[in-house]
Amino acid sequence: MKITREDVLRVAELAHLELTPEEVELYRGQLDEILNYIGKLEQLDVSKVEPMAQVLFTGAGAPAAALGAAKEHPELRDDTLRPCDVADAILAQAPEAAKPFFRVPKVIDR
Amino acid sequence: MTAATNWTIAGVRSALEARRISARELAKEFYTRIERRNPELNAFLALSPDRAYAQADRVDAVLARGEALPPLAGVPIAIKDVISTRGVRSTCGSKILENYVPPYDATAIERLEAAGAVLLGKTNCDEFAMGSSTENSAYGAVRNPVSLDRVPGGSSGGSAAAVAAGLAVAALGTDTGGSIRQPGAYCGIPAMMPTYGRVSRYGLIAFASSLDRIGPFAGNVADTAAVMAVIAGHDPNDSTSAAVPVPDYAAEIEKPIQGLRIGVPEDYFGEGLDAEVKAKVEAGIALLERLGCRRIPLKMPHTDYAIATYYIVATAEASSNLARYDGVRYGLRVPGSTLIDMYRKTRERGFGPEVKRRIMLGTYALSAGYYDAYYLRAQKVRSLIARDFSDAFQKVDAIITPTAPTPAFRLGEKTADPLQMYLADIYTVTGSLAGVPGISVPCGKTKAGLPVGLQIFGSHFSEGRVLQLAYAFEKAGGAAI
Repeated sequence: MKITREDVLRVAELAHLELTPEEVELYRGQLDEILNYIGKLEQLDVSKVEPMAQVLFTGAGAPAAALGAAKEHPELRDDTLRPCDVADAILAQAPEAAKPFFRVPKVIDR
Repeated sequence: MTAATNWTIAGVRSALEARRISARELAKEFYTRIERRNPELNAFLALSPDRAYAQADRVDAVLARGEALPPLAGVPIAIKDVISTRGVRSTCGSKILENYVPPYDATAIERLEAAGAVLLGKTNCDEFAMGSSTENSAYGAVRNPVSLDRVPGGSSGGSAAAVAAGLAVAALGTDTGGSIRQPGAYCGIPAMMPTYGRVSRYGLIAFASSLDRIGPFAGNVADTAAVMAVIAGHDPNDSTSAAVPVPDYAAEIEKPIQGLRIGVPEDYFGEGLDAEVKAKVEAGIALLERLGCRRIPLKMPHTDYAIATYYIVATAEASSNLARYDGVRYGLRVPGSTLIDMYRKTRERGFGPEVKRRIMLGTYALSAGYYDAYYLRAQKVRSLIARDFSDAFQKVDAIITPTAPTPAFRLGEKTADPLQMYLADIYTVTGSLAGVPGISVPCGKTKAGLPVGLQIFGSHFSEGRVLQLAYAFEKAGGAAI
């Protein structure tokens, strides 16, 4: 057994999930099985492999003109202010709002 | 099959131009169909008739003025519920967003409406797009219109079922590990995952940001291309959308396919592949050869590691993305004695079992002491899987595989075993991890009448080539092979 009950409780706390005792046992078994399967990644030697940090493809093979030769990162826009007047609409979605704030239970006791 | 008239985008256009039907009448016809079929299919979660009829009236006004119609004028379209629609409830198939009404439209939605499309409503899906059968929706499973006791695939099962049942002419889905292509295969319709960065994700409610993509379902490949032409392209609101020009897909698909090199990776035809699916896909490849393509055997040695890699990368990103559901700004709030207590109770009540499972797995993989062993290692294997693709595309123009190892399975068949469910995505997650485009096209049916999907992968931004092969395949009778 790879995953213990304590592991499940620790992870649930990190993830802000309040699990029932049944869920703790269910996830312990299922996570154990899934992580066992994922263990097959250990078969590969990745000591000389760089992690894939960027998915957006800008490498060789894409037409140079298409990628905007003049600008290294054509995807990036200028950092200029634009009006964004959705505050009311967003607060209207809130479970509890006191304009212009979201209300939450008291955080600091004194 | 089920639809009295199988409308196509071209068919809608000519009917409108000939004044055989108005856009309003057409929308009404589709709502009538939905009313009749949706109770058994459960494909739609919300309908937006006010918005649809207002848009239809705008299209009819353009016609009345004798002006040229935009490319998708009057075309009834369905939208997966993870895509934001202003003023129309968007739940992501989750209780935690049961009453959420987005204050803005996703860019893909803006573009569809600017092109004249009529948004019928929102389609059912696995909660936060996490699943392969649409059984993880908090609002009930979707049934496959081809065979009602089977799943439509997932996670975009509602969109696939809606198009396959003739309840929409086209639909948007999202694909993170196969969630467009696999339901497309199970329901017997074309379904495309574009290149990562080809379609803006602005307004797509995030599951795994380095994998999520919006793409179309349609009744045929030409319609798939027509929707792609509208939704593709750079968007300043999504810095991961690419500034790569969008070709004229309608012209691309007509190009001849003679001489194209199609790679067939042996790694996709091994253990676990259903014999009937294998026979159909082999017959599909033979058809492409008869059409003049050259078959090139390939090895893509890291294919077998893709599911393990995917379930680390995707869940790690999900655990981070879904941290936002805490009862503060939107969605469900369950009161608690403290702020943390409120977060915990809200998330416990609001999320379903699969979402919790993935948040737990992702949190574990990112937690102190395990990051190098799981997340970092998975990101390195992801590089190897991407390299399998870039190496292959040195030798071939496209890669042909089955879309899924089996046809649609029965409702309830895999719900008790998450790992078995994950393995339904074994042939689709590879392209998701690599960032390349892929399409599933109908490739015959099993003896039981269940559709089989043939998957075509292309190199980055080669949607035109992928659609071109799919179009030729369809025209040559691939669906009836």
